[in-house]
Amino acid sequence: MTQTVPLVLPADWRDFFALTKPRVMSLVIFTGLCGLLAAPGSIHPVLGFAAILCIALGAGGAAALNQWWEADLDAGMKRTAKRPLPAGRMQRGDARDFGIALSVASVLVMGLAIGWLAAGILAFSILYYAVAYTIWLKPRTPQNIVIGGGAGAFPPLIGWVAVTGEITMMPVLLFAIIFFWTPPHFWALALFVKSDYAKVGIPMMPVARGETSTRRQILAYAVLLVPIAAAPWFIGGTGMVYGLAALALSLAFLALSLPVAFRQTGADDAMKPEKRLFAFSILYLFALFAVLVVDRVLVANGVTA
Amino acid sequence: MTPEEDTERKRRQRSRNLVMGGVLLFFVALFYAITIVRMGD
Repeated sequence: MTQTVPLVLPADWRDFFALTKPRVMSLVIFTGLCGLLAAPGSIHPVLGFAAILCIALGAGGAAALNQWWEADLDAGMKRTAKRPLPAGRMQRGDARDFGIALSVASVLVMGLAIGWLAAGILAFSILYYAVAYTIWLKPRTPQNIVIGGGAGAFPPLIGWVAVTGEITMMPVLLFAIIFFWTPPHFWALALFVKSDYAKVGIPMMPVARGETSTRRQILAYAVLLVPIAAAPWFIGGTGMVYGLAALALSLAFLALSLPVAFRQTGADDAMKPEKRLFAFSILYLFALFAVLVVDRVLVANGVTA
Repeated sequence: MTPEEDTERKRRQRSRNLVMGGVLLFFVALFYAITIVRMGD
């Protein structure tokens, strides 16, 4: 009797690359680099490059582990069904091993090249995303985006610690800015993109708690973001350029979240306020961190106080 | 395995080997650079 053995082709290298979520990684690299450049002191360009590379590799490893764990869920959702694992272009174990290898390598290189404090925070951030968020809390609570936002908030903290070698108030505030920015950013998107998270049992806020509650929470985070984004200036960690820019950007964010907070989706709703808030939220984060670096350069050169 | 599948398998293996070789070379260069910089600290 002959038995048919399913043919398994080796996965294409592009599929391994796709596992690292390259688009998410670009934001990770940008905020990590800004944390590194805004930190007091200096770092050799080779070591700075190594630190950013490790942050990116760690994020890629965590993303691969996330897709390994969620392969079945991804298969049930239109947006993610074409990813390498649900599409059947890769063995599940390969994705797991790839994720572990990237994660371990990133932490080891960070420890050897930069320091073990930065490496320790990087290891914690990977475990936080891959285990605490993906495996434990994402399927259990509608606050999953708030918790997941913590994982995305680590890069500037790690970039800063790579330069200074210590955790101070400033890098913690940079962490807090991304932490409080993530929920309104994501929930604005969740309001106008009808995802099928509910179909696979993931309790996203608009479905689990309803639209009204989600809209009010967007406003609450936008209000909190104003003092938090300006706090680096209040504690004397940045100059006036950052402080004024942070206040202007955060007040614009708040102004755009107001119409989102006090309306309901109607029939054939174009969802313009939500789309506007989402688009601005991306610009907001890029602009805020870019201004942080510009401010540091200006203060270092004595242009502003 | 059909000839087409065999060709595809070989193409994928070759491209994976090239990428892996490139990554290893990159890390050799990176570790060399890191070592030189750290020795100067």
